[in-house]
Amino acid sequence: MPEYKAPLRDMSFVLNEVLDAERHYQNLPGCEEATPDMVAAIMEEGAKFSERVLSPLNQVGDQQGCTWNDGVVTTPDGFKEAYQQFVEGGWPSLAHETEWGGQGLPESLGIVLNEMVGTANWSWSMYPGLSHGAMNTLDAHGTDEQKETYLTKLISGEWTGTMCLTEPHCGTDLGMLRTKAEPQADGSYKISGTKIFISAGEHDMADNIIHIVLARLPDAPAGTKGISLFIVPKHLPDALNESNGVSCGSLEHKMGIHGNSTCVMNFDGATGYLIGTANKGLNCMFTFMNTARLGTALQGLAHAEWGFQNSLAYAKDRLQMRALNGPAYPDKAADPIIVHPEVRKMLLTQKAFAEAGRAMIYYCAQLVDKVKLCEGDEKKDADALLAFLTPIAKAFLTEVGFESANHGLQIFGGHGYIAEWGMEQNVRDSRISMLYEGTTQIQALDLLGRKVLMTQGEALKGFTKIMHKFCQTEADNSEMQAFTQPLAALNKEWGELTMNVGMKAMQNRDEVGAASVDYLMYSGYIVLGYFWARMAKVAQEKLALGEGDTAFYQAKLTTATFYFQRILPRTRSLVETMQSGADNLMSMDQEHFSF
Amino acid sequence: MKILVAVKRVIDYNAKVRVKADNSDVDLNNTKMAINPFCEIAVEEAIRLKEAGSADEVIVVSVGPKACQEQIRTALALGADRGIQIETDDIPESLNVAKLLAQVVKNEEPGLVLLGKQAIDSDNNQTGQMLSALLGMPQATFASELTLKDGKVQVAREIDGGSQTLSLSLPAVITADLRLNEPRYASLPNIMKAKRKPLTVTTPETLGVELKTHSTLIKVTPPVERSAGILVNSVDELVEKLKNQANVI
Repeated sequence: MPEYKAPLRDMSFVLNEVLDAERHYQNLPGCEEATPDMVAAIMEEGAKFSERVLSPLNQVGDQQGCTWNDGVVTTPDGFKEAYQQFVEGGWPSLAHETEWGGQGLPESLGIVLNEMVGTANWSWSMYPGLSHGAMNTLDAHGTDEQKETYLTKLISGEWTGTMCLTEPHCGTDLGMLRTKAEPQADGSYKISGTKIFISAGEHDMADNIIHIVLARLPDAPAGTKGISLFIVPKHLPDALNESNGVSCGSLEHKMGIHGNSTCVMNFDGATGYLIGTANKGLNCMFTFMNTARLGTALQGLAHAEWGFQNSLAYAKDRLQMRALNGPAYPDKAADPIIVHPEVRKMLLTQKAFAEAGRAMIYYCAQLVDKVKLCEGDEKKDADALLAFLTPIAKAFLTEVGFESANHGLQIFGGHGYIAEWGMEQNVRDSRISMLYEGTTQIQALDLLGRKVLMTQGEALKGFTKIMHKFCQTEADNSEMQAFTQPLAALNKEWGELTMNVGMKAMQNRDEVGAASVDYLMYSGYIVLGYFWARMAKVAQEKLALGEGDTAFYQAKLTTATFYFQRILPRTRSLVETMQSGADNLMSMDQEHFSF
Repeated sequence: MKILVAVKRVIDYNAKVRVKADNSDVDLNNTKMAINPFCEIAVEEAIRLKEAGSADEVIVVSVGPKACQEQIRTALALGADRGIQIETDDIPESLNVAKLLAQVVKNEEPGLVLLGKQAIDSDNNQTGQMLSALLGMPQATFASELTLKDGKVQVAREIDGGSQTLSLSLPAVITADLRLNEPRYASLPNIMKAKRKPLTVTTPETLGVELKTHSTLIKVTPPVERSAGILVNSVDELVEKLKNQANVI
């Protein structure tokens, strides 16, 4: 049976040794509570809960899925009880304001907890995950009265929340949405319409579900400028036993994440309340879009880590064939498959993506903290950097997370294709991450079009400056040359390529689209290269100090070297394809596709 | 009534135990440490008694270097009220620990003293028994059920043949076995509260206990790795090898 062990050593390496979380939290207003011993205690307890309660339910969730019966949705065995324990543990309150019952800890610490919860059982983690989205919306845009009524119950975990955006005819293009909101004499609204793909839309884990719904007022302008945001509870707070005209029409039958209920939600004149300003709903949503997308980036890390842990155990255990240089374990019937170079390549690829992915996500999470809690230039800079890194984190980490999940399956050979080992579930579960919260292709357009080219390259410079400074600082460190030299060269090339695409785009906007995914992947490989270099630097320093844990730091250096020699060169082919232009995609006549 | 619980910092039961290269001891460098599982059960029992209204205060004591404050905080996060660390350089022998605890018991005058039946590192299974002897209190070891009634404590003990039930007058010393309860998970608000709960540090000198060494650790070796087996062709060959090679029959 597959297992999950929270990689606490590596998590603490990234947090404390690479990103200096202690200093980060000390400098954040209101986060003085997040001292290293507190953070360690929270991680320890979160790990226990994830390993012992959530991980055993991961396969159960996949096999049973959710069931729908006349509008009532039942979650897999154990999901409800686990949620109850999660609530009793006070975990939903972690990163929310104390004023409304939260613990007031920083968002970045929430991400650390979410990593463990999500890796143990992604489907389950989406229930509290969606609540978190609803809480952030209320927190940022709700009135005090709305917070008192709804936010407190969401923070305590008594109720859960959802985000209702997608409709049958509009997903990415929200400007087309049709759900109506009719103003009522008492200041409320009657919401009518159909929403689809609503994760956690209906379930049996909590007494009430608070839907955050995007809808249109009768006089709203067309397109994205006419969308407003509403709170629509399953049951109105003063009538908890009555229906509010919100019902689940059916569940989707999906490729993966079976344990999560993906609902068609019907709103039939349901009572709702406006949040924020009328017609500014999309702007309200975008205030925390980066946080939400970071949550999905985390899914890439989750499936890479899970696949790695389980395929590593298998590769050490599975005896088959002999090492190419002769038997490594002559006394055994055969050698464990980890002796083979190609098996190691798949293991190291997963390891390299998971560990650097963790560094990148924790780094971005610290930026989220700064955006939320700092002022002035610090906030502005963090915001710009986060805006640039978010589409890379979301799209790149989920792409390589899926690749890693596939490697994990491959290491099991034929057994990887058999359900009981759990490896095919990991692949299926990971696949959604490249689709929801904006597909890879949408993220790529966001990165190259909106973030990089629309700022005349300023957003990119914000990050390349950081890399440049790092390479400069290490210029005289001979042990770091293997990392800093290629990184410095790529840093320069990154800017040049951006210029090239920008020039071409002035003649033809399709050039942006044609380069976009290659550009995003190219950027992703470099960003992870930067984090590998930083981790290598810490490992070298620690080894030089000789304070122990030698094997751990040695493994960091070996993985960093693997990344630079085996993964980073993927940028070469991306440079070629990215520069090959739009013509090879656009010249084919639409009718010719079928020949 | 106060309940005093002793906890020990030990290597985490999930961690892989490594032996130092010179076989002088177990290598604890960068090894994950945790509260001894039997001690955790004792803490849980004390908290349950408090929640049931049978006790007013749960005090957690640990003996060891500063690092053992982590385990005290863990117990505080589970729901204990305050902690006492008795600072020593190393973890002293059982008799020393019992003497130190005896002094704390005399100072605090708890109605009940709970310990784990043994620690999973040294597996001595001595401290609780020694403590009861030093204090002249009744003892019940290997407890799997515990009920407070009319100023007495009834304890079901795990014994080889099944279960034995004792009734003890208070104050008493009880050591917890695995089946006594299943410890809870610490909640996030309690983890945060634990930081603000009082934790006092004292020393053997303050308690007037002189630490003595009665035994010396000579050598620690890991278990011998199992070597590969051989295939025999016949029962006769097997019997022959068992007789002459393995010398077991």
